Amino acid sequence: MGTVKIVFRNTVSGIPLILDSAKYKNIFGESFTVTKFRYYISNVSLQNKSDKQPEKESYHLADARDSTSLSFSYPVAEGKYHDLFFLLGVDSIRNCSGAQTGALDPMNDMFWTWNSGYVMAKLEGAADTSKAMHRMEYHIGGYKAADNVVQKITLHAATPISISEGKETIITIETDINKWWQTIDKIRIAENPVCTTPGALAKRIAANYSNMFAIQSISNK
Amino acid sequence: MKATVTISLLLFICGSLLIISATKGPGPFKPTYLEFKIPDGWPKPPTNIFAKNRLTEEGFQLGRKLFYDGKLSKDGNFPCASCHQQFAAFANFEHDFSHGFNNSFTQRNAPPLLNLAWMTEFQWDGGVNHIEVQPLSPMTASNEMAESIDSILIKLRKDTAYVRMFKAAFGTTEINSQRMLKALAQFTGSIVSADSKYDKVKRGERTFTNSELNGYNTFKEKCASCHKEPLFTDNSFRNNGLPLNTTLNDYGRMKITHDKNDSLKFKVPTLRNISITYPYMHDGRFFTIGQVIDHYRTGVQINQPNLDSSLKKRLPMTNTEKSNLIYFLFTLTDSALIHNPRFAER
Repeated sequence: MGTVKIVFRNTVSGIPLILDSAKYKNIFGESFTVTKFRYYISNVSLQNKSDKQPEKESYHLADARDSTSLSFSYPVAEGKYHDLFFLLGVDSIRNCSGAQTGALDPMNDMFWTWNSGYVMAKLEGAADTSKAMHRMEYHIGGYKAADNVVQKITLHAATPISISEGKETIITIETDINKWWQTIDKIRIAENPVCTTPGALAKRIAANYSNMFAIQSISNK
Repeated sequence: MKATVTISLLLFICGSLLIISATKGPGPFKPTYLEFKIPDGWPKPPTNIFAKNRLTEEGFQLGRKLFYDGKLSKDGNFPCASCHQQFAAFANFEHDFSHGFNNSFTQRNAPPLLNLAWMTEFQWDGGVNHIEVQPLSPMTASNEMAESIDSILIKLRKDTAYVRMFKAAFGTTEINSQRMLKALAQFTGSIVSADSKYDKVKRGERTFTNSELNGYNTFKEKCASCHKEPLFTDNSFRNNGLPLNTTLNDYGRMKITHDKNDSLKFKVPTLRNISITYPYMHDGRFFTIGQVIDHYRTGVQINQPNLDSSLKKRLPMTNTEKSNLIYFLFTLTDSALIHNPRFAER
């Protein structure tokens, strides 16, 4: 067995994310700051055509305010893998299986109490163009068929991810917040500064942010 | 296989110790397992709520203590039991809206907590999807218990009685939200109402009076399609033709599904213990059963586009049928449940 370590590096168009103080711009030129950025990564698996190496009990809450939450590792059998697969969000089963713990503890403030289900990703901050008291607040959730925002993410490695016996392979993933407002659908903060319920807008934003991850580097220790 | 290896190893290493572990099992954690009994003739619950939360005496007792403890609220005044009173079949006696933190009102009528093991969607709009996560809503709502889960756990961890009871229920002294919620579900999920006069008649232990029997026949003809026996609800969501309360503007299930076909739909409530769970409807607008029946006789707004199909012609009923129906509904009161010390505050 070897180990894979997955590291998330949060950015805005490649510029490292600094919470609270740093100002950024999206493609519409709207400037904003970020005070909260969290997302669930679950059901992680390294895979190639013939083999899947899933992580057991695979639920992680990446929180930009807590650097220790931005990486995790698990044991993987020796071999070469082409794809890193994970869900951006929490699978539907865990959304309706009662009280959970760990990353899924409702205390993490990522669970809706009035309309059960996890907030799969949260982005909060301030934006000049927002008419909602200059705030932007996106709580993206919904797991039922019509409202499902859970995104299946497959990151293909240009050169295979090689896992060797007793060694650690580090996959660094760059996360780009600016993808929330673009790629599939253009969404301006001025028009939609707030989204805090499941539904059509949440699905549009989730479709956009499904493109926010890219493998930045793969290294061996 | 693994167990055999472990046992043989233990036997090899310390023969005498094995005798103790073989009789007492691995470790000192020996909770008293309980069986959840389904009353005779009742359907099996749609899901087994105790499948991943095995019912134990210790878990139940912890759940009961939590249910009656003001620590679960911000100022200590609002335990679960403040709105769910045993003498009112775990509804809120004589309150259309309940009282919460800082002199506030709830927005809906507190439903009775009984036969929850047969329920898969909670609250009047079905927004909550599991009995274990239901308490999160009143605990954290600013107009109810108004507390954070974090603060509740801090309070519980300081209380040696809880440290002891969590250990008895779950094997270690760890106090976390999952354990708290599972214990609460063991208590609330165990509340079964199946011992009313109606149930005794069904079991052949008692008989209906003529009025009650006539009322039962009216019930079966006019009410039973939604208030399905033996639970006296089919747990569906329906628009029963109430005019919109324009102060609250509560559209019910539509808030959860965003589907306009769900406008003004609310969960069909159980009629069990109806004589002590007044006032009625999601907003407690009717104080007497008579007013409720009159709504169905003459008040249903038949022009509402998604009115339940069973109410298109309202439910015509003579005054005699109405009074007999009330006599029948009184037979659904389960006095054994409301006096059962097992569910009472200790």
